[in-house]
Amino acid sequence: MKRQVPLIITAIAGFALIAAYFIPYTQSWGETTAIWFDVLASIAFVLGGGNLLRVHLKKISDRVAGWGYSVIVLVTFIITLAVGLGKVGVAPAPQFPNYPWSGPYRQTGAPFWFLYEYAFVPLTATMFAMLAFYIASAAFRAFRAKNVDASLLLGTAFIILLGRTFAGVILTEWIPPNSLFSGLRVENLTVYIMSVFTTAGNRAIMIGVALGIVATALKLLLGVDRSYLGKD
Amino acid sequence: MSDFIIHQWWLLLIVLASFAPLAFKMVREGAENTLRELDRGWVFLLMLWAVLVPIYYIGVTGATLPEVPSALSQAVFDEIEKLKPGDPVLFSFDYDPASAGELAPMATALVKHCAEKKLKMYFIALWPVGAQMVDNTIDKVIKADFPQMVYGRDYVTLGYKSGNEGVIKVIVTNLRELYTTDSRGRSLNDIPMMQGIMNVQQMKLIINISAGYPGTKEWVQYAVTPYPDTIRLIAGSVGVQSPQLYPYIPRQLPGLLAAIKGAAEYERLVINKYGGPTPDPKYMEGLRRMGPQLIAHLLVIALIVVANVLYFTSRGRQRAR
Amino acid sequence: MSRESKIWTAVMLTGLLALVVRAGFTTTGMGRAYVHVTQGPNGIVQEDEATYREYRQAVAANPAQTEYRFNLPRTIGIWAAAFFTLAIFSFLFRDNPIYKVSEAVLIGVSAAYWIVVGFWDVLVPNLIGKISPSMVQAWAIPGLSGADAVPKYIYLVPLALGVMLLTRLLPKGNWISRWPLAFIIGAFAGIQMLGYMHGDFLAQIRNSILPLVVVNAGAFDPWDSIRNTLIIVGVLCCLAYFFFSFEHTGVMGSASRVGVWFLMITFGASFGYTVMGRIALLAIRIEYLLDDWLWLIDPLQRR
Repeated sequence: MKRQVPLIITAIAGFALIAAYFIPYTQSWGETTAIWFDVLASIAFVLGGGNLLRVHLKKISDRVAGWGYSVIVLVTFIITLAVGLGKVGVAPAPQFPNYPWSGPYRQTGAPFWFLYEYAFVPLTATMFAMLAFYIASAAFRAFRAKNVDASLLLGTAFIILLGRTFAGVILTEWIPPNSLFSGLRVENLTVYIMSVFTTAGNRAIMIGVALGIVATALKLLLGVDRSYLGKD
Repeated sequence: MSDFIIHQWWLLLIVLASFAPLAFKMVREGAENTLRELDRGWVFLLMLWAVLVPIYYIGVTGATLPEVPSALSQAVFDEIEKLKPGDPVLFSFDYDPASAGELAPMATALVKHCAEKKLKMYFIALWPVGAQMVDNTIDKVIKADFPQMVYGRDYVTLGYKSGNEGVIKVIVTNLRELYTTDSRGRSLNDIPMMQGIMNVQQMKLIINISAGYPGTKEWVQYAVTPYPDTIRLIAGSVGVQSPQLYPYIPRQLPGLLAAIKGAAEYERLVINKYGGPTPDPKYMEGLRRMGPQLIAHLLVIALIVVANVLYFTSRGRQRAR
Repeated sequence: MSRESKIWTAVMLTGLLALVVRAGFTTTGMGRAYVHVTQGPNGIVQEDEATYREYRQAVAANPAQTEYRFNLPRTIGIWAAAFFTLAIFSFLFRDNPIYKVSEAVLIGVSAAYWIVVGFWDVLVPNLIGKISPSMVQAWAIPGLSGADAVPKYIYLVPLALGVMLLTRLLPKGNWISRWPLAFIIGAFAGIQMLGYMHGDFLAQIRNSILPLVVVNAGAFDPWDSIRNTLIIVGVLCCLAYFFFSFEHTGVMGSASRVGVWFLMITFGASFGYTVMGRIALLAIRIEYLLDDWLWLIDPLQRR
């Protein structure tokens, strides 16, 4: 029962969507399944938040090393949640002035917007901005043209890096644009590399990945792969 | 350039002074040994200056590099140019502040282009923070430069819905079951431009601005491929994802703005046609960002070349022994 | 104190001094936010972002004006954002408590942000609003009307599944969450299988069926013909490389070798685009520091 019912649910949900794709009469089943999926995705956010609370409360209660940072996580989590869910400082919608919670929760100037604009944005954006430094460091430390394959990779990277900037244009602008060798102008080379070689390579990868996903999905829907049920 | 060097000598002094310890080390231990054991902090510092100095130079001088639009950027421009005033277009903002460096210039230019063409714009988001990106772009472009556009008549924000590709699967056939209100809580029944709109197949064009998953790939898979006759899609994508979208071109994806270069090329097209004699600098964000791109790309190439020269010289010495 | 620490302390103190001087003792100043205050509908005060240029022009026209004002909370916000930016960048030197504090703030704020967005954008209109539209009309979405104001009790199913999903947090009895998880997995597998089969498998095979001999305007086009041939050869050779059921010897071996070359070019191009992408992300943060915080550049002519 604990394992049979979930398997049946998996199969019904999956095959309802597949049937809806091929049988127009069953289109509404597919829409309903997809909408329930969308709603559950939001509840999964709540689950994630709950798990965050549980993990960090445990760290604080066990006094593990660095538990102070868990306090900061929880405090900022609770403050953001409170001002966001409570629409604190959000003016009601102009057409419904008597409904305090009718305004948009993202209203500019409200505390929730403040936390987004001056904490969330700089922190996430800077986290990703650091990757530029690491890519430069990786380029210096790891990329060696040890064999033909690596040389091809690096050579292509050079052409793309040059071709997508003004430097490449200047380097090869002496080649007449309508001549037989115009294909060697770096901006044209870039286009050929992307439209021929990259397209071919990524297309093959895409076909392979698609087959893998279809196989995995079928294993899940037919109950062959039950790893998502966990242990009893 | 010489004016810049004369007036901003302090910046150049700081840059050179920051490399003084490395220079002293090179003199003491030799350039080759120093480079072979180079601490990654020096590489980080090089990257910082490679990006900061051009940004400062462009910020002070206002200079930008010339951009020749590629075929794909031109295709995106032409797809919007083909539309007539009043045609409905759907924007899907599938990115967050982490990718705004590449995608915000595209979003700004695309919304400006559609506003100039007097298209009816419908905004949705598949990323939670995408809805805020929509608000930011509307404030920056529509409210600032197109005050004659009326919310509910010329543009509407439907907001975010969770479920990733599950959202696309629903709205291609039944948008009204998932969206009952706009992002401000107003019933769609009370919004004039939502009258008669039941699904996204009624849109003349879908414009997707994508940073990853869910994004352009999902729009191609779940909207364009099942409904090739009714749904037409163009996209702007981050550099990391762009090569993976090339197999969809041109049948499933007629136009693509790939990374900040695509954004800069598209901005150039939009400014040339709609920018007027003195274009607003906010529509040249991508163009300004090509300056640091150029220097940083040259730095990465130089780092790879230096590293390989060191590698081959040491390998040659080992073989000689 | 070691020499390195002394140098770092000197650099930090110099930087701090430069900031104090620039913020407090120069005519331009730095890192200030201004707002345009208006009265919105129903008498609600609205504060929209304004530039320092607009503020100066308003003050020049009427020194007693209060429509354009300096805004302290947003100014503190700009400095906080700059602090967070530098705190995250400090990780490049070494892991440190300031970075860890910023990271903790990010985790807390982003987790709560996602829940708030999910609650107001999805759970209220699409779950509670479907089961009990009158309740949602009474406090959150007064504009619900027509068919949207009629209860749809079928949504009790995702509500029940959602509550079951939350039992995953319980120490015991969390096997109940297997039902909604099974639904999610099944729906996801069903959605993805179709999308990948149609859009990535069948459509890509179709896209690969290209004419080997291209005729444009009645004339043979050698370049397009070569291009199409290379694409088809490339796709087939790359697929040969990924096909491990036959040994990669002879013709198969040569084809997979050519496939590897195509893939190396593909990965080289991906690397190039990745570098481009990452640098743009760094550029926007540096622009924020130089423009919004330090006021050293003004590309948007806001001052």
